Amino acid sequence: MSAAVLDHGRPHGNPHESTAPGHGTGGPAAKRIIVGYGFWIFLISDIIMFSAFFAAYAVLAPDTADGPSARQIFDPNSVAAETACLLLSSFTCGLASVAASQRNLKWTEIALLVTGLLGFVFLLLEAHEFHGLVARGDGPTRSAFLSAFFTLVGCHGLHVTAGLLWLGTMMAQIYAKGFRRDIQHRYFCFTLFWHALDIIWVAIFGLVYLVGLHL
Amino acid sequence: MSTPADYEPGSSPEGDSAPGYESETREGVRAAIRGYLIGLVLATALTGASFWASSTHFIYGPGVPVALVVLAVAQMGIHLVFFLHITTSPDNTNNVLALAFGVLIVFVLVFGTVWAMAHMNANMMPMG
Repeated sequence: MSAAVLDHGRPHGNPHESTAPGHGTGGPAAKRIIVGYGFWIFLISDIIMFSAFFAAYAVLAPDTADGPSARQIFDPNSVAAETACLLLSSFTCGLASVAASQRNLKWTEIALLVTGLLGFVFLLLEAHEFHGLVARGDGPTRSAFLSAFFTLVGCHGLHVTAGLLWLGTMMAQIYAKGFRRDIQHRYFCFTLFWHALDIIWVAIFGLVYLVGLHL
Repeated sequence: MSTPADYEPGSSPEGDSAPGYESETREGVRAAIRGYLIGLVLATALTGASFWASSTHFIYGPGVPVALVVLAVAQMGIHLVFFLHITTSPDNTNNVLALAFGVLIVFVLVFGTVWAMAHMNANMMPMG
């Protein structure tokens, strides 16, 4: 390998020409980079879909139709617990990535199991909140505010459910097939998905729950 | 990411490599775990600040939603850097460009909707 390739990313001579793979004369990027890019495009389109639900919620939040307002139905303790679960699960998902990079089967599976359990606790808390609201007659049919709220938060909950199913199949695939390259690519996409869900939850707990509790 | 050191043992140099962003050395593992820990601490601090801002009377009332938006955006940035590893490395140029376009669309969608709907509400005929 020439020094120019070893020193990847640094332009030589022509400042507009990079020698990093996927740039200029660097040749094609590694497949892992391309797979990650493709999945990143999907995640961004998913985030744009969520932004439409956020916009609908922002417009409809004051329209409570004489029903309960955000302040009356949001429970700050439940939101704090849900936030803690998702944040910690994002962290343990990162630890699983470190273990996977070491091809350490035991710690990868343990960290993924903890990630999944935290995600499951999050879903239980959310289901408990939704069930309580519907049982009191404050379901999505009550007002425009509640319709928008259930759509936005429920859509995130559905994503977490899908993420849990994916997590389970990833654990099984890593166990059965080992750290094969295609399995690692799938696992990489899963970690991107799980971290992106946490980013969407940051927007939900900050802009829906905390702003709602304040107003 | 195709320096010889990055190839997995036994893989062909023509194929792709790089099993993780994390390096395979012991120091690399420590650095990777430290990165996730820093991310966790910063995200927890910003989450705590958000909950504090929503319940305190220290901040001027109408300014609280603005503070919450700022804190949420900051926390999303922390997640992007420390958990999703969106960096300034050459491998990430395309990811950053896609993200920038996504952020543009999100802003147009959310602020455009709120802006247009607020004007339509203001111009509605009085009910009854």
